[in-house]
Amino acid sequence: MSSPTLADAQRPAPDAVPTPPLLWLESLNRGEHWSGIVRRGVSLRLTALEAGANVSALLYNFELLSERYCMADTLKAQHTAFLTKGCACYSDLGRIMCSITADSCGWHDTFSGLSDASMIAGRYGRSRFQEERNSAHKNGRDSILNELGKYGLGKRDLTANINFFSRVSVNAEGALTFEPHNCRAGDFVDLRFEMHTLLVLATAPHPLDPAPRYEPHPVRLEAWYSGPAPAHDACRNRCSENGRGFRNTEMMFLP
Amino acid sequence: MSNSLAEIDALQKVTVAAGEPWLGQVARGQTFRIVDLEGNQAVDTLFYNAHDREEHYSACDTIRGSGNLYLTSGVRLLSNLGVAMLTITEDTCGRHDTLGGACSAESNTVRYALEKRHMHSCRDNFLMALAQHEVGLEKRDLPSNINFFMNVPVSPEGGLSFADGISAAGRYVQLRAEMDVLVLISNCPQLNNPCNAYNPTPIQLLIWAAG
Repeated sequence: MSSPTLADAQRPAPDAVPTPPLLWLESLNRGEHWSGIVRRGVSLRLTALEAGANVSALLYNFELLSERYCMADTLKAQHTAFLTKGCACYSDLGRIMCSITADSCGWHDTFSGLSDASMIAGRYGRSRFQEERNSAHKNGRDSILNELGKYGLGKRDLTANINFFSRVSVNAEGALTFEPHNCRAGDFVDLRFEMHTLLVLATAPHPLDPAPRYEPHPVRLEAWYSGPAPAHDACRNRCSENGRGFRNTEMMFLP
Repeated sequence: MSNSLAEIDALQKVTVAAGEPWLGQVARGQTFRIVDLEGNQAVDTLFYNAHDREEHYSACDTIRGSGNLYLTSGVRLLSNLGVAMLTITEDTCGRHDTLGGACSAESNTVRYALEKRHMHSCRDNFLMALAQHEVGLEKRDLPSNINFFMNVPVSPEGGLSFADGISAAGRYVQLRAEMDVLVLISNCPQLNNPCNAYNPTPIQLLIWAAG
C-alpha cells in the first residue's frame, strides 16, 4: 500500500480487526461472481485488493427467500442515502439482515443498480469466452442472475442492490456524479450478519464507472465468528429505529 | 400535444379513494395520467411488462439511466432488464420520489413504534391487490416503487429526509406507455409522516388511446 496522504488521514480509522481464527477465506478474481450462505453471528470482511473496486451485492433471508434486502427501508429508517459504519441493512419485513461494524472507505452506494451487458459492450467492445477465456468481460446483472439461478431465483428477484466501495454523489438538483477515488487499495468493510443470509456478490464494474478500460478489481472475503449484535452496539444504538429493527430480528431467533 | 387531451375523450377515468389499491392495464402508446385531486397525496406505483411479469419497474435502472435521483418530465422509467416501460411526458408537480419505497406494517414498527403495526399500509395494499386479481404476481415481485407526488430530498452530504409535499390540488403526472404494462397502485394510507400531509386523499386515474 502507498504511504498515507492527507485525504487518507481524513478517513475513518480502521478498527474491529477480524478475530482469529478465520472460518474461511476466499479471493474473488477480476469480474468474478459469488454466492454463499452466511449464518447469523458470522462477520464477513470485504477487502478491495486494488483501488477502484466495486462489489455489487444482494441479500436474501436464507430461511425465507422472498424476504430480501430493501434499499428503501434501509435508507428511510436511518435517514441516509448511503451506507457506512453504524448502518443496518434492512429486509423488506422490518428486520436487519446485516450491520456494518467497520468501514475504512466511508461511503457505499445503494441506488445506482447494476451494470449490464449492453453497457459493458458499448463501453469496452465485444468480449467472448471463445477468444478471451476467463478474461471475458462480465457485467453486474448477468453475474447476479447467474448466482440467483442456483437458488431457484431469477429476474423477478432483482431488486435495488448495494455497490460496496462505490460512491455516487447527488447535487441539490438530484444530478448524479460517480466519485472515481472513493476506494483505495486495502479498503475494507465489515458486515455482521444478523440472520441466516444468502449473499450474492458480483465484482463487475459499477454501472456509472467511466473507467476507459475494462478493469474490475479483485476482492478478498474473510469470515469469522463475531456473534450477532450485542446489547450495547453502535449499529443498534445509531437510532431508535435500529433498536426496533434488531428487536424484530431477534424475535425470529428466540428458542 | 397531450395538453389537448380532454377528460371526456378518456377511455377510462377512475377515482381511487384514499388508502386503496388499484390494478389495471395500459397498452403501448396509451397515455396514463395520475391526478393529485386534493394535493400532497403520495401514490405508490409499480409497473410490470404485461407479457412477461418477471420484468418490472426498477428504481435503480431508472435513476442511473436518467442520471438523476428525482423523476420528472422526460425521464424514461426503465425495467429490471434496462428497457423503457413508460416515459413521463408531462409533470405539473415537478419532482417525484423513487428512493423512499412503500410503507408496510413491518417498516411502520421500525420507523415509528411497535404499536403502529396495525395501521393500513401500501405493501398490504399491494399484496391484497395481487391476491384478489390473480395476475401471477406475489410478494417477491414487489421491488422498490415510485412515489408520485412525494418529496424525499437527498442532501449533497447524503442525508435523506421526508419533506413536506410540493404538490397541490389538481397537479398531475402523465406518462406514455412504451410497452403494454400492468399498473399496481397503492393510494398511500400513511398517517405518520408528511408524505400525505397527514391526510390521505383520493386520486384520479385517466387513460387515453394511443395518439
